[in-house]
Amino acid sequence: MDILRFITAGSVDDGKSTLIGRLLYDSKSILVDQLEALEKQSKNKNADGIDLALLTDGLRAEREQGITIDVAYRYFSTPKRKFIIADAPGHVQYTRNMITGASNSSLIIILIDARAGVIEQTRRHSIIASLLKMPHVVVAINKMDLVDFSEERFNEIKADYEKVAAQLKLENVTYVPISALLGDNIVDHSETMSWYTGPSLLEFLEAVEVASDINHTDPRFQVQYVIRPQTAELHDYRGYAGQIISGVYKVGDKIKVLPAGIDTSITKIEVGGKEVNEAFAPQAAVLHIADDIDISRGDTFARADNLPKVGNEIEVVLCWLDNKPLIQGNKYFLQHKGRLLKTIVREVAYKLDVNTLERIPAEDGVKLNEVVHATIKTAAPLVYDDFATLSDYGNAILVDETSNSTVAAVLLN
Amino acid sequence: MGEYTLDYLEQLEAESIYIFREVAAQFEKPALLFSGGKDSITLVQLAKKAFAPGKIPFPLVHIDTGHNFPEALAYRDALAKEVGAELIVRKVEDTIKQKHLTEPKGKFASRNWLQIHTLLDTIEEFKFDACIGGARRDEEKARAKERIFSVRDEFGQWEPKLQRPELWNIYNGRIHKGENVRVFPISNWTELDVWNYIKKEEIPLPSIYFAHEREVLEHEGQLIAVSDYITIDETDVISTKRVRYRTVGDMTCTAAVESSATTLDEVVNEIMATRISERGETRIDDKVTEAAMEDRKKGGYF
Repeated sequence: MDILRFITAGSVDDGKSTLIGRLLYDSKSILVDQLEALEKQSKNKNADGIDLALLTDGLRAEREQGITIDVAYRYFSTPKRKFIIADAPGHVQYTRNMITGASNSSLIIILIDARAGVIEQTRRHSIIASLLKMPHVVVAINKMDLVDFSEERFNEIKADYEKVAAQLKLENVTYVPISALLGDNIVDHSETMSWYTGPSLLEFLEAVEVASDINHTDPRFQVQYVIRPQTAELHDYRGYAGQIISGVYKVGDKIKVLPAGIDTSITKIEVGGKEVNEAFAPQAAVLHIADDIDISRGDTFARADNLPKVGNEIEVVLCWLDNKPLIQGNKYFLQHKGRLLKTIVREVAYKLDVNTLERIPAEDGVKLNEVVHATIKTAAPLVYDDFATLSDYGNAILVDETSNSTVAAVLLN
Repeated sequence: MGEYTLDYLEQLEAESIYIFREVAAQFEKPALLFSGGKDSITLVQLAKKAFAPGKIPFPLVHIDTGHNFPEALAYRDALAKEVGAELIVRKVEDTIKQKHLTEPKGKFASRNWLQIHTLLDTIEEFKFDACIGGARRDEEKARAKERIFSVRDEFGQWEPKLQRPELWNIYNGRIHKGENVRVFPISNWTELDVWNYIKKEEIPLPSIYFAHEREVLEHEGQLIAVSDYITIDETDVISTKRVRYRTVGDMTCTAAVESSATTLDEVVNEIMATRISERGETRIDDKVTEAAMEDRKKGGYF
């Protein structure tokens, strides 16, 4: 049994809340007392006597303040898998929410209202999925009950979306016709859509292969914390704790410590306090090295024959997440895993229209929810990979050094 | 590919250990809030692994309401000794006396709200900048939106508007003076995950988690332990039942469930078969208002 983390993109109008409610309900993750509470609150009852959308209802604070907290997380499991849903509101002003939710997901469900077909919102969600290199895309064509469960309509929308997918170079796209309201093709196969012979949505989510999404080829490890007990019996113990970001590390591996560029080798590996011969992503490990080198949090261990990039002028994509606009020339902190570096945003080349992919000039500044191509300069060399080739070591955030807010998602190039 | 895969519990464990190490690296004075319940016991086990062979580099802090199960207190003391961590206990009773707080009245008067005062005082006393707690997002809807690093203002308040977006596994723990961060390393675990992990790791638990005979009174379908902390009326029917606890909070606001499960396997099987949620079955305090948890979190609760 493993974990699948996915995000659902769509608005209430597309039936997103109903879909999530349906998955939770049909997988029996909603328990008796929760159902009782729901029945009490339900105004728009369905055939089961409840309003499934209420399961993902917001907080009172959100209703009162007219805000939406970016992402809510939902959990359910089947005998095959544990699922973590990042439930992000999908309206136009919520690009920030989608990016946050998508950053922690390996699959995206893009909901399309069968009556409306591929609309601007669908394109926007798909562009974000493509920008963040999401490995798996499911296009759930919902409200099939409102188009007479028409195979023709399904094929029409599918053909339209295939053009979008091709333009955005989205791979692994799967199409499922559903009715979240009635439960068709969610868990069980739809009787009314017998023309559809593919898996139900849940069957697909249970079966999709995600283990191979993790890169086990290029070893990347960043020192997170140095373990030095300094007790009588562990006087000389010095272990470098961190998560294996990608690849595999073996005892005896020749490594380079970056950015200093010093060569050494791995002498011992521990995972969870036990000694092992190798550790692999995404394990949390402790590595020991042969030489006594000055090493601190944020340093990278890479294999001498497989090195990441090192540089301090970097082209990036910035997804702006803060109400305060980006000020060109302002200083921020760049946080790359555990490494914090002073950074200047030097030049904003252009904005990306997330509805059309068009490049637009950025002269009037960069505001919340905007995506831009820019150049940054860091105060010391950054050790990183291209987001496109090794996304797990190619992502970072910008932090405003006065408000301490997380103001941007950074894709390094 | 098969050889380099982790099962779901190993994945959750790796994520939690990573979070623990971020706390130790980013903060000067973290503390682990320890209640004696299974979630905080799991936290201690994860912290042990995160810093092995060293000791856990922060103290365990218990906010003692004075309404605890004696079994949980004995377990707490033994565990702190075993892991070699400093144990800091601050009593709600003392806060009530010092600050002339008014105790809630009623049949099952709970000090759940009052413990916020003691918690905030303790944070100030020791200047803790990060407090690690065992809350899980599956518990209820205010927690479904909680961050892993949750920034609180100087009143300990959770302000939904101020929450930072949390991208990938990058945790921004920068705070202003006076603010602190609540950290929830097992955010992504469900109740069943915690139980399965306890089973897999063979973590010993306080005896009240297993079936035992206990004097209880039945109140609106829930079984409450007979103790000095609740008011017993003449009309109450007290009986001895075979019960276990599914969560361990105060004796006044935690209900027992009838059970014959005496081993972890049996407990896990019962929980898998149950059709009632953990908080619904065992917490009296969440039933007061629909937004009870949301209100407490905004007031500084963890």
